[in-house]
Amino acid sequence: MTRPLLTVEDLSASYGAVRALCGVSLTVPERGLCAVLGANGAGKTTLLRTLTGLHRAASGRVLLADEDITPLPTEKVITRGLAHVPEGGGVVVELTVEENLRLGALWRADRRDRTTLDEVMDLFPPLAQRRAKAAATLSGGERQMLAIGRALMARPRVLLLDEPSLGLAPLITRRILDLLRDLRDRTGLTVVLVEQNAAGALSVTDHGYVLNQGSVVAEGPSAELLADDRTRHAYLGF
Amino acid sequence: MNYFVTLTLNGLASGAAYAALALSLVIIYQATRLVNFAQPALALLSVYTAYTVTQLTGSYWLGFAAALTAGLLVGAFVERVIIRPIARTSQLNAIIVTLGLLLVVQGGVGMVWGNEQHGFRYAFSYVGRFAPSDVFALVAVGVVALLLFALYRFTPLGLRMRAAAFHPEAARLSGVRVGLMLTAGWGIASLIGALAGMLAGPPFISPNVFDVVFVFGITAAVVGGLDNPFGAVIGGLLIGLGMSYVSGFLGPELATLAALVIVVAVLSVRPDGILSRPTARKV
Repeated sequence: MTRPLLTVEDLSASYGAVRALCGVSLTVPERGLCAVLGANGAGKTTLLRTLTGLHRAASGRVLLADEDITPLPTEKVITRGLAHVPEGGGVVVELTVEENLRLGALWRADRRDRTTLDEVMDLFPPLAQRRAKAAATLSGGERQMLAIGRALMARPRVLLLDEPSLGLAPLITRRILDLLRDLRDRTGLTVVLVEQNAAGALSVTDHGYVLNQGSVVAEGPSAELLADDRTRHAYLGF
Repeated sequence: MNYFVTLTLNGLASGAAYAALALSLVIIYQATRLVNFAQPALALLSVYTAYTVTQLTGSYWLGFAAALTAGLLVGAFVERVIIRPIARTSQLNAIIVTLGLLLVVQGGVGMVWGNEQHGFRYAFSYVGRFAPSDVFALVAVGVVALLLFALYRFTPLGLRMRAAAFHPEAARLSGVRVGLMLTAGWGIASLIGALAGMLAGPPFISPNVFDVVFVFGITAAVVGGLDNPFGAVIGGLLIGLGMSYVSGFLGPELATLAALVIVVAVLSVRPDGILSRPTARKV
């Protein structure tokens, strides 16, 4: 295996007295496609929010390549190459589709370069058709595409996705999951996918972690997790 | 007919100052959901700065530039040093603090420059109906509104500021320094507030000179919809026109009443103001 691009070491986080993450460790290799699974309240969203500094870690470290990014504020973490699509996408509905996309690349020195914008538009044809429309007019699936598109505009090294399938039709979910794999294969993007839809997520990823009550309770190659009945029944509910 | 035209132009001119003040309130409200009651105090500081600079140099325009610069800096300073630490505790605390700031600054200005009126000449004649100074007011506010629109719509800074105002978390996840955008917003808002002060203050300035103007400015902002800059401009002009017509046709003692009637009429039809967006948002 190649050396890890993203390393999480013994990460803990809490909301007041409530511990949301208790010593989570995981590693994601370069070009890895990694699923983080678990039930509601298992700490998946908190994990991603702590990775990008939206939530402060109580202890532990997050390393991107060899840099400790734990103390950095969110807007700095982003510039190090971590992109985060929050739950529900976090699209700015008052802005147009194109403005949302441009926003994603504003911090880059080459923000005037339109090739990334064109690439993202090619990747998501529905966005290209509506580039001048307000994001509020998009459907749920299109918003998710826009959110991913905005994250890609930053040309990230690691893409963190929080429940991209939430509220979407199975067909669209499938398309988005396949797209992630395709992106990894073509561009070498590293992806961390947080999902409740465990079967779908394990079918496209190559490694999986299962969280329960803030701790990693199972991990392994996605195919093995799929095959392991005990984990499936106990934590994944299928 | 001629009289009507004069009243209209006159109303637009005084409405311009209200529009500018309303604009400065709306910019801050949009970004922070906070009505900045200290806005007239910031304008006051700017105008007294202009007064001093003009006294020293003899140039109105140097004073004018000093006012806008002072507005920008003081606004940014107030956000960064006073408002932000307090807004972390609660929104209401921050609003109360802006009220306190208003009183403190008014008192402070009185201590430094004196509570008596100072004559502060215009660069233009303000004698008669629709004087050159009125034209200047309209043009200045028009230009500022256009510049503001262009800033928000066409520049990377504007895009960052809008994203930070509408959806701070999404902005941060796009690498935007949201805190810096808030400071910039307060600076720009106070610059426009300073412009409003330069238009509404002369020919005489005193620590309480903006009290009445501020009432109409906030009325204009509410009428237009507190979160819409276009609404602020329209609201300001509407209040200016209404008061001008009423004072021209019915008598100047009823002018203030006109503002009240406009507020009641507009808000009973559109409770959130003429141009407000629906407040519910889906994420």
